[in-house]
Amino acid sequence: MSHSPHSQPPVRPVPAGAVRIACTINGQAREFVAAPMRRLIDVLRDDLGLVGTKEGCGEGECGACSILLDGQPVNSCLIPAIQVQGANLTTIEGLASRDTFNKTVLHPVQQAFLEHGGAQCGICTPGMIVTAAWMVQTGQPAADVPKVLAGNLCRCTGYAHIVTSVQAAVEAGQAAGLTERPAGEA
Amino acid sequence: MSDKTAPGKPHVGSQMIRTDGRDKVLGLTQYVDDEAFSGWHGATVRSPVARGRIRSIRFLEGPDWRQFVIVDARDIPRFAHSIHGADASHGPAEAGQTADVDLNIVKMIVDDQPYLVRDEIRHKHEAVVLLAHPDRDLVRWAATRVHIEVEPLPAVLDYRQQASPAQIQHGKDNIFKAYSLRKGAGEQEDLWQKVLADATHVVSGVYETGAQEQAYIEPQGIVAHVELAPEDEAHGRWPQKPFHVHIRGSMQCPYYVHNAMKHLFNQPDDRIQIVQTATGGGFGGKEDYPSIIAGHAALLSWKARQPVKMIYDRVEDMQSTTKRHPCQTRLTTALDAQGRLLALEAQVLMDGGAYVTLSPVVLSRGTIHAAGPYSIDHVRIDAKVVLSNTAPNGAFRGFGAPQTIFAMERHLDRCAKQVGISPAEIRRQNLIEPGQSLATGQVIREPVALRQWMQQTMDALNYEEKRANYKAFNDQQLRTGGPLRRGVGLATFMHGCGFTGSGEVWLDSIVKVRVASDGVVEVCAANTEMGQGAQTVFTAIAADALGLDTDQIRVIQPDTDQVPNSGPTVASRTSMVVGHLVAKACDDLVRQVEEKGLLTGARLLPSQAPISEQSDGRGRRYAAADLQAALRQLPGLQGWARYQPPPGVIWDDQTYKGVAYGTYGWACYAADVQVDTTTMEVRLLDFVAGQEVGRVLHPLLAAGQIIGGVVQGIGWALWEDVVLDAQGGMANANLTTYVLPTMADVPEIRTLFQEQPYGYGPFGAKGIGELPMDGPAPAVINAVAMALDCDICSIPATPERLLELSMRPEGTSA
Ligand code: FES
Ligand code: FES
Repeated sequence: MSHSPHSQPPVRPVPAGAVRIACTINGQAREFVAAPMRRLIDVLRDDLGLVGTKEGCGEGECGACSILLDGQPVNSCLIPAIQVQGANLTTIEGLASRDTFNKTVLHPVQQAFLEHGGAQCGICTPGMIVTAAWMVQTGQPAADVPKVLAGNLCRCTGYAHIVTSVQAAVEAGQAAGLTERPAGEA
Repeated sequence: MSDKTAPGKPHVGSQMIRTDGRDKVLGLTQYVDDEAFSGWHGATVRSPVARGRIRSIRFLEGPDWRQFVIVDARDIPRFAHSIHGADASHGPAEAGQTADVDLNIVKMIVDDQPYLVRDEIRHKHEAVVLLAHPDRDLVRWAATRVHIEVEPLPAVLDYRQQASPAQIQHGKDNIFKAYSLRKGAGEQEDLWQKVLADATHVVSGVYETGAQEQAYIEPQGIVAHVELAPEDEAHGRWPQKPFHVHIRGSMQCPYYVHNAMKHLFNQPDDRIQIVQTATGGGFGGKEDYPSIIAGHAALLSWKARQPVKMIYDRVEDMQSTTKRHPCQTRLTTALDAQGRLLALEAQVLMDGGAYVTLSPVVLSRGTIHAAGPYSIDHVRIDAKVVLSNTAPNGAFRGFGAPQTIFAMERHLDRCAKQVGISPAEIRRQNLIEPGQSLATGQVIREPVALRQWMQQTMDALNYEEKRANYKAFNDQQLRTGGPLRRGVGLATFMHGCGFTGSGEVWLDSIVKVRVASDGVVEVCAANTEMGQGAQTVFTAIAADALGLDTDQIRVIQPDTDQVPNSGPTVASRTSMVVGHLVAKACDDLVRQVEEKGLLTGARLLPSQAPISEQSDGRGRRYAAADLQAALRQLPGLQGWARYQPPPGVIWDDQTYKGVAYGTYGWACYAADVQVDTTTMEVRLLDFVAGQEVGRVLHPLLAAGQIIGGVVQGIGWALWEDVVLDAQGGMANANLTTYVLPTMADVPEIRTLFQEQPYGYGPFGAKGIGELPMDGPAPAVINAVAMALDCDICSIPATPERLLELSMRPEGTSA
C-alpha cells in the first residue's frame, strides 16, 4: 500500500470556471466565488458559514435544507450556485429580528415552535420553520399545512406538534395582518 | 431560559419550555457538521460483495494518491498488551513478544467485528480502506477510485434458510444467541401435549416483520483528533508513547464510544475523551455504530496527524449502518371455548446480520415480550438470532419487542376469529391482572387495570360503533362494486423499562451534581439529548428535587472528561433510572449542605412530594433563596448517586425466569383505516394511543415522544421497506425510494395517559421512549385485515403486497 508522506499539505484546487456571484442573503448584500454548479447548500454552509441550513439527504427529499429564494421555498441542495446571481435569499438565520435593546426577537413561527413543541432533535426544524414562515408571509390557509409541509421530513415528532405550531403561527399571522411582508425585512 | 411555571411551583408535570428549544428554533444549535473545523476529511472505501477474501486493492488513476492518507487493516497492530494486564504498558508489544490482543476489534458484546476488514469480508458495504484529504469533495470522489478485488465465498442471504457447511461463519451453526423460556407445562412434553389435546381450539401462524431504517434526519458524523507525543509525531508508525484521543460527534452513548476507543488504541481511561455534540435523532441507530466511525476517524487522524472529520451522506449512512432485525415468529396457541389462552408456543428467529453487535440483547427483549401482557399458564418460547451476510442489524426503538408483539397481536385477532369472539373480547379474556404472572413467572404487583384502560382507548376511537358500521359499510361497498373498505384494529401490549434483569445492576450507573462558581447546580450525566427532551426533564427533576427555579440548574454537555458513566441512552431508562439518580444526587447535595450547618434556620417549604420510595421518604425542600445563598458559599461541592435496584428484582439468565423488569409501561392502541382497493392505498382515519407510564414528567414532551413513536410504527407497518440487492446490500438506500411517513400521510394521533406513580422512578415516572413503537403496527394491520377481510401476517404491508394477498385464494396467509 502506498503510504503518503505528507510533508507538504496538498493545495485545495481552485474550482475550474469559478464565477463571482452577488446576491442578497437575509437582507445583506453578499458576494462569493464559486463553481457555477456548486450546490447552494455548500455555499451557504461551507463558504458563508450559514450552518443553520441542514443537509438531511442531498437529493431534494427531506426539506432540511429549505430556504427562501426570491420569496419561494426551495431545497438548497438542488440549487446550483449560479442560479442565485442577483437573487434574494432568506435562511433560518434571517428570520428573527432585534428589538431596540438589540435582543433577539423570535419570528412568530419560531415562537410557535417553541411553545407548541414543534422542535425535538431540531435537525429538521430550520427547514420546517423557513417553509412555515413562507406560509405565514404569503397567507396560506392553515388547513393546507400538512400538504405544504409534506416535503419536509421529520423523524422525531410524528408531525402533530409541528402542525399545531405552524397552524398557530399562520392563524396568529392572519389575525395580526402579518402576511406579505417583503422578503428580507424580518 | 425561563419558563411558565410560577416561582415555587413544581416543574415536573408542567409545560416548561424545553431548555434546548430556543437555540433549535433559531437554527443556532451546532450539530457535529456545523462546528468550526480545520482539519482533513475522511471517506470510507467499502466492500462490493456479501462475502469473500480480499485479493487486491488497486488505487485507480485520477486522484493524486500522494496527497491522501490511506489506512487499512494492516495499519492496526494485531498484538499488544492488554491495558487490563498486570504489566500495563501503553504501547504495542516489543519485537519478539506475543500477546493475544487484536486491536482491530469493535468492542461490544462479542469480539468478532473489525474496524477494517483484515481477512474476510462479511457483508457488502463493509469498511475496507479509509482515506483522508483536506478537501471533502475530493476525498469522496477518490473513494470511488479504489478497486477492491474479491474472491467470493458462499454467503447467507436469507436468514430463514438453514446454512450449508460452506456458509458457516460463526461457531458451528451461525447462531449468535439462543434462549428458551418455559412456564407451567411448557417444562414437560407429556403435560404440554395434554394441554394441547384438551384445548377446544389450537391456532397456528407464521408472522414476519421486515428490517427498518432508523432514518434520523442528521446522518452519522464524528470529528476525531489524536494527539501524539512529539516522538511519535515524526514517524508514520503506530504510536509508542502515550497519547490522547479526542472524539466529538453525534451519538447516544458516549461511554460506549469511550470503551471502544480505549480498546482500539490500547490507552487508559483518562487518555480518551468523548464529547457528544447536539444529536439530530438516534432511535437506536446511534447506540453502537458511532464507535465504528469514531474508530475510523481516529485512525485517519493518527496517521494524518490532523483532526479528521467523517460525515456520512444519506446513502452511505443507509447502506452501512444498522437496521431493525428482520424477524420470523411462529406461534401456536391453545384456547378454551371462551377464548382463554391455555398455552402459547413461540419460535422466534431473528436476522442478526454479519456480526453479533447487539443481537443477543435485542433477542432477549423480543423473547421476554413475545407472550404479551397476558396471563397464560403454559408457555414455551425458543428464540434464536442467526448470522446473515448483510450489514449488522442492531438497536432500533423497541429493541426486538415490536417484532414479537406484532406476531402475538396479529395472532390474537386470528384466534378471536376462530373462537368466534371479537378482538376486544379475546383480550378481555386474557389481559393480566395484579397477582397473575407473565411468561417469565414475574408476578404483577402494580395495580394494573388493563381492561379498563383498553376500554378507554376503545371509547376514544369509538371502536365498537365503528366496527359495526364498517362491517355494514364494507358489505355495501362489496354489493355496489365500490372500491373502499374500512376497518378498526386494536393492540394491547407492555414494554419493560430499563435494562433487562440484572442489566441495570451491571451498568452500575452514577450521576453527579456539582455547584458551579456562579452557584448554579450542574447536572453531570452521560445521557444524551437527541430530541427526546432528556435535558429538559433532568432540569425539571433537579429543580424540583432542590426546590430551585430552572435557571439555577444547568445540564452540562456529555463529555467523558466531565460526567460520570450513567449508562447508555437506550432502553427507556433515561428519565426513569437516570432521572431518579439525578434527583438522589440533588438530595445528597442538600444533605451535605445541611451537614455543614449552612441551612440551619433556613426557611422550609411546605412539605413536598418525596422523590421516590428509595430516597428515605424525605420530602424536605428549603426556600430557594436560602438554599441558593448556601450553595453560593460552596462552589465545587458535589452530590453523588449510584444505582440501587428496587427490592425484589431478581432475574435468572439461565432459565429466563424471574423479574425481567422492575416495571412496565402498559398500553392499548387503536387504529381506524380506509383502504382503496383500486390502488391498495391504506389511509389512516384516526389513531388513539392510550398508555400507563407512571407519572408524566412533561405532558408536551411525553406526547411528542408517543406520537413520534407511533408514526415510526405506522411507517414500519405500511411503507418502510428495506430492499436488498443480490449481494445483500440495501438497494433503496435513499429517502426517495425508502418511504418515510410525511405530514400528509398521518392523521392526528391522539394520546391518552393513565398515571400510576411508580415508587422507584423520579416523582413516580416510568420509561416511555420505546413503548409507542410496539403497538402501531399490529393495531394498523389488524384494522387493514378487517377492512380487506384477509389474513395479513407480514409487514410492511405495501400496496403491492396487499394486492398480491387479495388475489390469493381464501385461507392462505402471507
Ligand atoms: S438535504 Fe436538501 S432536501 Fe434533503
Ligand atoms: S425534530 Fe428531529 S427530525 Fe424533526
